[in-house]
Amino acid sequence: MTNPILSLNNLRAGYGQTEILHDLSMHVNPNEIVAVIGPNGAGKSTAIKSVLGLLNISEGEVQLHGKNITNTPAAKVVELGISYVPQTNNVFVNLSVEENLEMGAWTRPVGIPERLDEMYALFPDLAEKRNQTAGSLSGGQRQMLAMAKALMVDARILLLDEPTAGLSPKYRGEIFGTIQKIKKTGVPILIVEQNAKQALAVSDRGYVLVDGANRHTGKGSDLLADREIASMFLGGGH
Amino acid sequence: MWNSFGFEFVNFYFIPGLVLGCIYALGAIGITLTFSILRFANFAHGETMMTGAYLTWTVMAVCSGILGISVHPLLAAVPATLLVVLLFLVTDRYFYKPFRKADTIKVVMASFGMMLIIRSAVQVIWGPNQLTFIPGIAKPNPTLMDWSKSVDLLLLIPNKHLFIFAGTIVFVMALSYLLNRTRIGKAMRAVSDSPDLAHVTGIDVNQVIRATWIVGGACAMAAGVFLAMDIQMLETTMGFRMLLPMFAAAILGGIGKPYGAVFGGLVIGLAEELSAYPWLGDGPLLSPGYKTGVAFAIMVVMLIIRPQGLFKGRSF
Repeated sequence: MTNPILSLNNLRAGYGQTEILHDLSMHVNPNEIVAVIGPNGAGKSTAIKSVLGLLNISEGEVQLHGKNITNTPAAKVVELGISYVPQTNNVFVNLSVEENLEMGAWTRPVGIPERLDEMYALFPDLAEKRNQTAGSLSGGQRQMLAMAKALMVDARILLLDEPTAGLSPKYRGEIFGTIQKIKKTGVPILIVEQNAKQALAVSDRGYVLVDGANRHTGKGSDLLADREIASMFLGGGH
Repeated sequence: MWNSFGFEFVNFYFIPGLVLGCIYALGAIGITLTFSILRFANFAHGETMMTGAYLTWTVMAVCSGILGISVHPLLAAVPATLLVVLLFLVTDRYFYKPFRKADTIKVVMASFGMMLIIRSAVQVIWGPNQLTFIPGIAKPNPTLMDWSKSVDLLLLIPNKHLFIFAGTIVFVMALSYLLNRTRIGKAMRAVSDSPDLAHVTGIDVNQVIRATWIVGGACAMAAGVFLAMDIQMLETTMGFRMLLPMFAAAILGGIGKPYGAVFGGLVIGLAEELSAYPWLGDGPLLSPGYKTGVAFAIMVVMLIIRPQGLFKGRSF
């Protein structure tokens, strides 16, 4: 059996006294895309934030390569190789595209020129706009920049929080295409998404969260084909 | 070519206005950096300027009294800067750091307390009375005077003002290099943009905060020494009196915008001096006693019509 890169084991976590995640467990294996879907308020983003140490975990464990990193501060988590792209405000709007990428490499300050070239090859749109401020980019380009920034370090895993929220269908398609390209570079991805159909279509596995706990787990294609899930979370049955 | 109007306007109003503007600009840089990165208005900034000037005077006095060497204030300011930066770092570590996650108003009040602590400490150490920073009358630079006279544009600029202009230019260029070309400078801009994103990007925010205190301390130090060079004396309220115009400069330029602070400082300095020029009739337009009122008026007007400042900083 493959050892997971990241695993969340029986997590209970929330904001202050309010518990959002109730006994939640999930894991991400090497070289796979895992989607987390569910209704609003199900605790999808909270699950990601619990990995980053952004909220208090009262019970359970977060493990990276089997090592306990529960409640580790975000800056240290990033240093350990977990890269995170928040849903909104995910680029430094007053910095140029290239400066944003350089900031992404803060914990890996060597070989930045080579890494920049790799990112520009993976995200060609950004190469043309390297001297523009991030605030002048379109929504889709900002998401691309946010992902490239997160990949400037040697990421062991990439956590994406609703990367297509508020984007046009054209950009949504581009983002999911890019996510598949990133997977080919060997970086596993945990993606929280509202566009459940598209997310499951590109994912190896998926988790359906309801009220802060796992409701369904399985291969992306199996979850897509499941009638109950389709009727409850994917906007109708087949 | 240089009629009495131009001579008087340039030498007695415009150049002193620029000098004052340079001092405000350097002070406002520190205020705006602290506000944008640490998210609070530092009321103790003026007292840091004042402390820097007193420390510089002490270095000069020690060199002159013990070693028998007369040292230029700009040279004496180097070791004094190290002490001021150390003071900034120590106050951050033991005074401001516990307030890091507190409401902004609590930190602002804490900085007000720090202002009183520093001023009281200076009064205890150096006494409450005025001290002479540089004795004598500052004469105009003879080379510049002779040259300008030869082209019929007589300029009476003393060396101390030339040092202030040159020092300000050097500081602003160094700041520009730091913020745009260095890793820590870019990180300072990133934290100013979004501290939360900087945190989850892995940027060492504490390192950035330390850098901010160092840069802000160096600028405050320069502003304090330039002020002391200009007025040639020291008093414990000299920094506090600068506080309002420096805040006005930071707000005019746009909070969080260092270049805005420089521009704002120059505008406020010029506005204060030119408000006393006899624009209508023979008497000054406004009594020189109202100079600070001009800065206050500009600040109030900006907060009403354009709270984000001229360079689109943060609005209140």
